[in-house]
Amino acid sequence: MTTTAPRPTAVGALRARVIKFAEQVTTPLVPADYLDVIDPLRSSADLRGRIVAIHPETRDAVTVVIKPGRGWRGHTPGQYVRVGVDVDGVRQWRAYSLTSRAGDDTIAITVKAIPDGTVSNHLVRRATVGTIVQLDQAAGEFTLGDASAKILFVTAGSGITPVMGMLRNMTDRHADVVVVHSAPTADDVIFGGELRMMARQGRIRLVEKHTDTDGMIDMERLDDLVDDLAERHTWACGPAGMLDALEARWGVDGIADRLHTERFRPTVITAGDGGTVTFAKSATVVDAEGSQTLLDAGEAAGVLMPSGCRMGICFGCVAPLRQGAVRDLRTGDVTTASPGDNVQIQTCVSAAAGPCDIDL
Amino acid sequence: MTTSTLEPAPTKANPAAHLTDEDVENLGRELDAIREQIIASRGARDAAYIRKVINGQRKLELSSRAILLFSLFPPAWIVGTAGLSISKIVENMEIGHNVMHGQWDWMRDSKIHSTTWEWDNASPADMWKHSHNEVHHTYTNVLGKDHDLGYGIMRVDEDQKWMPFYLAQPLWNFINACFFQYGIAAYDLEIGKYLKGRTDKDEFRGNAKRVLAKIRKHATRDYLLHPLMSGPSALPTLTANLTANLVRNLWTHSVIMCGHFPEGVQTFEKTSIDGETRGQWYLRQMLGSANISGSPLLHFMTGNLSFQIEHHLFPDLPSNRYQEIAPKVQELFERYGLTYTSGSLPRQVASAWKKVFRLSLPNNFGRSRRVTKTEYAAIAA
Repeated sequence: MTTTAPRPTAVGALRARVIKFAEQVTTPLVPADYLDVIDPLRSSADLRGRIVAIHPETRDAVTVVIKPGRGWRGHTPGQYVRVGVDVDGVRQWRAYSLTSRAGDDTIAITVKAIPDGTVSNHLVRRATVGTIVQLDQAAGEFTLGDASAKILFVTAGSGITPVMGMLRNMTDRHADVVVVHSAPTADDVIFGGELRMMARQGRIRLVEKHTDTDGMIDMERLDDLVDDLAERHTWACGPAGMLDALEARWGVDGIADRLHTERFRPTVITAGDGGTVTFAKSATVVDAEGSQTLLDAGEAAGVLMPSGCRMGICFGCVAPLRQGAVRDLRTGDVTTASPGDNVQIQTCVSAAAGPCDIDL
Repeated sequence: MTTSTLEPAPTKANPAAHLTDEDVENLGRELDAIREQIIASRGARDAAYIRKVINGQRKLELSSRAILLFSLFPPAWIVGTAGLSISKIVENMEIGHNVMHGQWDWMRDSKIHSTTWEWDNASPADMWKHSHNEVHHTYTNVLGKDHDLGYGIMRVDEDQKWMPFYLAQPLWNFINACFFQYGIAAYDLEIGKYLKGRTDKDEFRGNAKRVLAKIRKHATRDYLLHPLMSGPSALPTLTANLTANLVRNLWTHSVIMCGHFPEGVQTFEKTSIDGETRGQWYLRQMLGSANISGSPLLHFMTGNLSFQIEHHLFPDLPSNRYQEIAPKVQELFERYGLTYTSGSLPRQVASAWKKVFRLSLPNNFGRSRRVTKTEYAAIAA
């Protein structure tokens, strides 16, 4: 058999040796565990960031400025970043649109407190400068790409955030940009001052609707506000109802390919009693009762479940909940997970509280 | 039908004989309430605590090892060895043992999680979690089920059958104390069971390979690489590592002996856990464990295993909270007329050692606490 692997360079071999040596010296930990004590933001560390400023935007929204670790690979305007924040000691991951200029050495997310929102309320009201947060690299397809010069943005509430990321990064002064934005009142418009300033400078045409007084925009009658809809490429972000209406309208007009939407609110998980349990790796799906443990349900279906004491004390049965909701049968507490969260749960004392997806 | 009352081992009086089944279930509910309170108030302060401990331990280890690079100078040897010993103890007890119990899983931090943690001890994490979390914590002090009772090399209860092998058990215990981490690894491997031909050979060989690989790695680190890095201080660094491992072994062995071996701790018959209720399980943990009294520093250095009773009742609550619930648990003991076994470290260590010596001989040797058959019948009725 012939191999085509490149010959290791002397530097590469030396580096590998140094790393191996460092691992032998620090076992059972890895060198990174000790380096984290010294510099948690270094380039080879798991990606983290430090909050360097928090600016109020409205009465219930703030912009959080984060200095990312040296491993941050930058972002394209319109993308979001997943942020892991410790709230009451528990790590919670959420995705927020990046609102900062690409290429700055800090990044910014803008967060609106939503009712009962664990992370948003924490960031808006309790987060402090200096706190370390966990980060993923920027992601998302909601970007301008090589867009035509005629652009329409349709946004509502905090749906303005990814669009603001794009507006702030727009370099083409001749672009024909219309922004149709809805918020309950003038004071609730996140980035209100900056948007109005852009409009005065002629960089955008701003159509601001205050739903408390004007009511909701009827997407069927969007032509009244923007007469050349069909000629524009449209980016829309806001509540699901608004996006559904837009997609329907663009679909009827046969210009669906000119519409780009971003649904940033994850599907809300409501806890039920029992549900369909998917054991992803075993490709097994079962319907579980609300009183049946996931361990029993999995075993009954022939899934190779790790287990131990079967009473919640030994943690031998812990497995990641990829998404869905489970209920702790001892306390009744519900734990939910969105895709990407991978919350570790004890299957021997947890039951399905709605559809859930276990990584076994 | 299975009996629903807790059955003590035959030579013991039942210290819970005065409790009705209903009492035991009420006791269970009260303990559940204590647990609920802690879980509801678990939060940022606790998370900050464990991160501070982990951070501090790593800094202590780094600086101790740095100082040992110059261990040719006696003061550096003393300071470095002391630091490394403390670091290893904290790493094993307050951090490793407790993280592997899942006490910090609620933080959802993958770096401080029972499923990812590995510790500075010969026994690999998953094997330890099986023999300790699952077997010992589920079957605490059940004769023939909980192998922590004497680790299979000693007789620490009147109801364990005497064999001539036990005559030398003070010596076995001393050797085990000196090489405790290897003792634990051998124990987690279930070597005894293997020698009796009761384990799957291939599984045993696979596990043994993993244990030996881990021992080799750790020995290379402590006894080869760090001494070599010390250059002219190689030999003193080697002895410093040997000493730190020995200190850690002696300390952890002493603390752990105090958990279930001192006088006053109860053991139970195998049949007594058939159909055991939550309340009865709690009661068994209460009667089968003993605490060590002392200062906050002592509690910290024992990984809060000085609150053995609280730990056995709630093995998954964060260790820094045991101190806070101890008075509530003690009050429950008093109210239900049970004995909260506790004593200073020297007293409990002495008590455990006394038992090791006493039970090296058969029960009817000299004075024994044996309860006669008629007495037992009266108690059990």
